[in-house]
Amino acid sequence: MLTPKDERDLAQAVADAKGPLWVQGGGTRASGRTPQGEVLSVAGLTGITLYEPGALTMVAQAGTPLAEIEAALEAEGQMLPFEPYSLGGVTGVSGDTTIGGVFATNASGARRVQVGAARDLLLGVRFVDGRGEVLRNGGRVMKNVTGYDLVKLLAGSRGALGVLTEVAFKVLPKPEAVGHVTLTGLTDAEAVQAMAAAMGSPFDVSGAVHAPAGIEEEPTTLLRVEGFADSVTYRTERLRDLLSRFGAGQIGTSVEPWQAGRALSAFSQTVRGPGGATWFVSVKPGDAPALMARIAGAHDCLYDYDWAGGRIRIHAMADQRALHDALRAEVAAIGGHATLIHAPSDLADAVPLTQPEPAPLAALSERLRAQFDPRGILNPGVMG
Amino acid sequence: MDMPQPNPAIVSRKAELVERLHRVLPDRAVISDPMETRAYECDALTAYACPPLVAVLPATTEEVAGVLRICHDMGVPVVPRGSGTSLAGGALPTADCVVLGVSRMTEVLETDYDNRFIRVQTGRTNLSVTGAIEGDGFFYAPDPSSQLACAIAGNIAMNSGGAHCLKYGVTTNNLLGVRMVTMQGEVLDIGGAHLDAGGLDLLGVICGSEGQLGVVTEATLRILPKPEGARPVLIGFDSNEVAGACVSDIIRAGVLPVAIEFMDRPCIEACEAFAKAGYPMCEALLIVEVEGSPQEIAHQLRLIGDIARRHNPVELREAADADEAGRIWLGRKSAFGAMGQINDYMCLDGTIPVSQLPLVLRRIGELSGEYGLRVANVFHAGDGNMHPLILFDANTPGQLETCEALGAEILKLCVEVGGCLTGEHGVGIEKRDLMTVQYSPADLEAQMRVKDVFDPDWLLNPAKVFPLGASEARRQTPRASAA
Ligand SMILES: Cc1cc2nc3c(=O)[nH]c(=O)nc-3n(C[C@H](O)[C@H](O)[C@H](O)COP(=O)(O)OP(=O)(O)OC[C@H]3O[C@@H](n4cnc5c(N)ncnc54)[C@H](O)[C@@H]3O)c2cc1C
Ligand SMILES: Cc1cc2nc3c(=O)[nH]c(=O)nc-3n(C[C@H](O)[C@H](O)[C@H](O)COP(=O)(O)OP(=O)(O)OC[C@H]3O[C@@H](n4cnc5c(N)ncnc54)[C@H](O)[C@@H]3O)c2cc1C
Repeated sequence: MLTPKDERDLAQAVADAKGPLWVQGGGTRASGRTPQGEVLSVAGLTGITLYEPGALTMVAQAGTPLAEIEAALEAEGQMLPFEPYSLGGVTGVSGDTTIGGVFATNASGARRVQVGAARDLLLGVRFVDGRGEVLRNGGRVMKNVTGYDLVKLLAGSRGALGVLTEVAFKVLPKPEAVGHVTLTGLTDAEAVQAMAAAMGSPFDVSGAVHAPAGIEEEPTTLLRVEGFADSVTYRTERLRDLLSRFGAGQIGTSVEPWQAGRALSAFSQTVRGPGGATWFVSVKPGDAPALMARIAGAHDCLYDYDWAGGRIRIHAMADQRALHDALRAEVAAIGGHATLIHAPSDLADAVPLTQPEPAPLAALSERLRAQFDPRGILNPGVMG
Repeated sequence: MDMPQPNPAIVSRKAELVERLHRVLPDRAVISDPMETRAYECDALTAYACPPLVAVLPATTEEVAGVLRICHDMGVPVVPRGSGTSLAGGALPTADCVVLGVSRMTEVLETDYDNRFIRVQTGRTNLSVTGAIEGDGFFYAPDPSSQLACAIAGNIAMNSGGAHCLKYGVTTNNLLGVRMVTMQGEVLDIGGAHLDAGGLDLLGVICGSEGQLGVVTEATLRILPKPEGARPVLIGFDSNEVAGACVSDIIRAGVLPVAIEFMDRPCIEACEAFAKAGYPMCEALLIVEVEGSPQEIAHQLRLIGDIARRHNPVELREAADADEAGRIWLGRKSAFGAMGQINDYMCLDGTIPVSQLPLVLRRIGELSGEYGLRVANVFHAGDGNMHPLILFDANTPGQLETCEALGAEILKLCVEVGGCLTGEHGVGIEKRDLMTVQYSPADLEAQMRVKDVFDPDWLLNPAKVFPLGASEARRQTPRASAA
């Protein structure tokens, strides 16, 4: 394992590499793929370089533990807007998720529907490309259109274009209060309609999730509103009234469902132990219920909806390959993508982790990778 | 500002080019008469103008692909064009190029409120996207001041912002998918009605690529429900520093206004003379706008008022009704028009960390004195996006050059304090040669390698974004020079 202590070391390690490198942050991802080549750990590059609460910006070394970032933000009453959560509960791997790993996987939680994904909050990057060259793009200001936006390209690129060494990102003040409206007993289709109605309202919903298996066996739909206390009270009431045709909504102010929601609902409680496979699916919300009727109708699995139905998280203990193949085919037909997040190695080694792209796009992506990493040594095979 | 010499070999083949273009386009969509091509000689950076060899106005993606195949085959450079409102010279032609305008492609293709998106042809103007959905209570958030004229095509190419992007983000944060034609004439669909990329985020790098990676013909845009209401407050201060400190305090307090606009004295005076909005005469004015229900608005305005009062404002004026709100915005919205009345002006848009505001405004004042040109500042303060307007007289020999030199100094200052050259207008030709101030040769090389992937022959808007010296070898590729 290579454990560089700073950016220069890391660049040297990449330049000197004779074969494939397996880029690792905290290692909490654990897709199940059998590692190829030598592990290159970014965990040695740590520390918050700059934090300006009044400008809502932070800059940190890529290996800085997420926990350290969150503690620093917490001390100033601020937060990471896009709400990343650790997948330790799913992958069964313990370790310190790193801020670089979060941006390298474009990992976003429930608030994505309101404030955008990790990629939307990332302002600037420093990274080492496959040649071992240190590169920079973007900056630390909120608005920047100087040259091409390689920041977006690097976000979610999972180490395949370069190794992130430093990230600059936007943060937000923590809301004073949180409230939610809970609906129970809805079918998937009704729940997605209710979430669409909520998202189409002016009440600034900051999270919309539906767990068909529910918290206590009963299908549960949660809509979250955040802000100043009076405003939260007002908006949750209006939202409940707006959704009355879907049943009597319960108003709550406890943050527990949402803390659990970081590893959300029944999903995380049930999903433990080795042998499971997990997919994250991104589709047009309205397409989600019919998709899941077909998938869950034919394959034994657990699933829930985040992002008002736009993201489906699926977990299966058995029949994984058949489910995987069906899911990829269905999603290709309706538009969207299904990412294999974690699986036993026989599945993770056998299939692409990301949704295969149509040929012209796959060719472009391939040529981009070749430009950034001509030797093809960075995380080979991780991105399709 | 230099542009490459036109390639005489291409110019000499104009008749053949026109003849081939006529085969894929209706007659009126090919403009080759030198009197008529003048209509496309410049964008809103009017100091530079050059009629193209030919201009074409296709109406469909297939026609766009047909044009690009011909130009690719003949090695003719193509400059994509939306409405021509770029302030950076992004749509400036060369004498040997085809301007490909999408202004006839204005259809709404699909509107989906349940899934909150609209799909449009990219020649549609920004404001008319909102126009198509506001009756149903929705809007498209990015709102450049030029929104009445500018097209979604240009917005995507420049990753445009607007006054309200403090809350809603800029174009890239509201763009879900595109249909795009490559220089080779291949039609690509990237993204769609779902969120985020499954593989590499190609959409992310296409947005803001200034027409250099492909011609975007359709866009899927995120739409949002209109807030219950919105109200601005006007706050005047007797120094820029204090106004800057107030901005920072508002942001820290957890109030998230949708807009915080800043005007300095020269700007206030010009706007007042032009629009008579009733602005107080002071050193700095903030317009802060909040959204929500009446009670929510009242609550936020109370918090903002409390913060402002700690900074001893000379004026604190809440809009009591829509009419007063309109008047508060009136001056700001007519700022560019007001400047245009009294002078020629050059509008910069460097971004700085908000904490550096007072320092940067002071330095701009000093530089303005040194160069002998007046500078008025009006900008999006919440996100540090400056808009220094340098006033000059284009008819006085040498003033344009002095103005450009002062502009370059101001932009270097923005980079020095941790900011960037351009926050929303783009590089175009205007900031092309300053790119080396912000980026190392290796950083620029990495960006140019992305263009190599999409447009290996460097035919699409080739003389923009990168310093001509840095892109020279690439622009001399066989196909580009073969013709
Ligand atoms: C595809 C995917 C999508 C995910 N989506 C979400 C989500 O939407 N919401 C959520 O909350 N969580 C998500 N997660 C889970 C979790 O938040 C991330 O896995 C976590 O951030 C990883 O942190 P880590 O430091 O442990 O990274 P690792 O587990 O060490 O690495 C994760 C991936 O990122 C690469 N990587 C890590 N560090 C760097 C770096 N510095 N430079 C370049 N590449 C690097 C690795 O090569 C690997 O491919 C997702 C995980 C994956 C794999
Ligand atoms: C008075 C005024 C106020 C302004 N205010 C703002 C503001 O508040 N915020 C802001 O961000 N900008 C502002 N601008 C700048 C300008 O309006 C934006 O950059 C706008 O997005 C340009 O759109 P357009 O359709 O006019 O593009 P054009 O000027 O026609 O072209 C701009 C760029 O886009 C490329 N392009 C055009 N069409 C396509 C296509 N189909 N495919 C690929 N590339 C294409 C061109 O090649 C060029 O590089 C302002 C301009 C003016 C004149």
